[in-house]
Amino acid sequence: MTGLAALNEQAIIRVENLEHSYGAFKAVDGISFSVKKGEIFSFLGPNGAGKSTAINVLITLLAKQKGEASVAGYDVTSDPQKVRESIGIVFQDITLDRDMTVWEILEFHGRLYNMPHDERKKRIDELLNLVQLEAKKDERTKNLSGGMKRRLEIARGLMTRPKVLFLDEPTIGLDPQTRMRMWEYIKGVNNEGTTIFLTTHYMDEADHLSDRISIIDQGKIVISGKPWELKNTLGQDLIYMETNDNEAAIRLLKDLPSVRDVKIKTKGFVLMVNVDGTKVLPVVIDMLRNAGIESSTINLKKPSMDDVFVFYTGKDLRDEPTGKTALLTMRPGGR
Amino acid sequence: MSLGFTTIYWRDMIRFVRFKTLLVSSLLQPALWLAFFGIAMSSNFDQMMSGIPVPPGVLTVDYLTFMAAGIIAMTTLFTSLFGGIVILFDKNWGLMREILASPMNRNHIIFGIGLSGVTKSFIQAIIIMVFGILIGAAFFAGFSPGEIVIGVIGILAFVGMFALGFLFLSAAIAITMESPEGLQGVVTLLTLPIFFTSNALYPIDALPDFLKTLAMYNPMTLLITGIRYFAIGPDFIAVGKHYQYTPSIVLISYFGLMVFTLLMFTLAWWRFKKAVVT
Repeated sequence: MTGLAALNEQAIIRVENLEHSYGAFKAVDGISFSVKKGEIFSFLGPNGAGKSTAINVLITLLAKQKGEASVAGYDVTSDPQKVRESIGIVFQDITLDRDMTVWEILEFHGRLYNMPHDERKKRIDELLNLVQLEAKKDERTKNLSGGMKRRLEIARGLMTRPKVLFLDEPTIGLDPQTRMRMWEYIKGVNNEGTTIFLTTHYMDEADHLSDRISIIDQGKIVISGKPWELKNTLGQDLIYMETNDNEAAIRLLKDLPSVRDVKIKTKGFVLMVNVDGTKVLPVVIDMLRNAGIESSTINLKKPSMDDVFVFYTGKDLRDEPTGKTALLTMRPGGR
Repeated sequence: MSLGFTTIYWRDMIRFVRFKTLLVSSLLQPALWLAFFGIAMSSNFDQMMSGIPVPPGVLTVDYLTFMAAGIIAMTTLFTSLFGGIVILFDKNWGLMREILASPMNRNHIIFGIGLSGVTKSFIQAIIIMVFGILIGAAFFAGFSPGEIVIGVIGILAFVGMFALGFLFLSAAIAITMESPEGLQGVVTLLTLPIFFTSNALYPIDALPDFLKTLAMYNPMTLLITGIRYFAIGPDFIAVGKHYQYTPSIVLISYFGLMVFTLLMFTLAWWRFKKAVVT
């Protein structure tokens, strides 16, 4: 077997030049990627980037318009039945029948997938234990908290031991504690051999969970790679400065060998440096002082996934008014 | 054979039982029709008809008995045409995605919904029969116990086939529609002509030709023919008209219902195949 063939063998999801339009609007604009067996792969992008459309094509809910897409070795158009048998899905919004009990939700799902009775029973017990909902077994889902509902949905997605589990914004609307626990479940499931395809607009989630990330914006994949690779493309450190003469400062600093790139911000600028920022910073401050430029604000940080995103898409993920950037609004991760 | 439709059936029956208001109203509504409209119309009609001579030896039934069969049909029509609304709710609440993304054959959704709708219609039909007899409808009058059993089975067979047809139609509309309001509009638009161009409340012989033709092929007329045959008998006089049903008329009516149901299934099958729910 050649190296290339082995690589193809490993790809459990393969997408080539996938396009999908709603009328004149191109929601997915020619994306190509592949997901390796056993990895956690993320689509990171803002709302409306085309993540859900792409997922809906892959899970056979939307008919493919253009391009190639296969899941678990089956083409989504010619073999949708086989694809459906191979996957599990946790949808973006809560899709639980309010008037059914926790147990009934799982039982119904198991039956939909034609699981034998004994296996269903065993799996339901296991999963209720996993997501800590045993005490709520006979509770109707309308009486569950948001976190419990999400846990139940994840349990449902795992009922059938799918080859690929699709998680569309799995932790949307959850409190930080529950999110962390969700991540642990997801990792645990992945460790048992299930490939995970995740979409999220939470940077920290993509960063924390994924083996590989594709940043998607306006229907296109902007960049793909391992989280650290993506962050490294921005350099080793980021130095944010505000001075009394930003233009002069940039002219002075941009040709320094350690400075990889300069980004202009509303009130200041960001130096992306190739080396340890703590070593560069004194040099930079000296140079500015010698040139008679006063700096009023200095901030040094490691590039985060937010910075990667802002750098490659030119916008903040959090649907905030433009002008404020991720660098200026450093908050702990999360919502 | 896969039994996927029993899963859909199971779930829909859970919801039917849990949705207390819907359950009670769907059981109460036919009884109310019979109690108020039935008794009111009956006392009027019977007074009007009292002067008309009837041929001797033929069973004469009162208006309440005549229309009770129509009320069974009407209730079945309403319940079945609205039966698809669960599909619309599933669709709008995102629940349909779980089902459509599962490996289960989509026909099973149609069958499952059909089966639970038929169950509901059976329950209603039996309630109307019992309640009707309690307030004086002469159903199964003079029948032997064996004939009563055959009568009930016959009625349920007709009700079941008719209900399936309209549930398929309703499912087809629901999977195509976006909003419950839209479904309600279409369904209301359909029920009126179907109901009033049938022999539910009056004989159709005196209708203008155009309406009469419509009425003859109306599935609802076929259903009521079957119900009256099994509940009253093959030969009776009601509302001044002499009804004579031969077994072949009854069989042809049933066959007509089967054709209708098959057509509606095809329609639903086609709409579900096309269904895109995201």
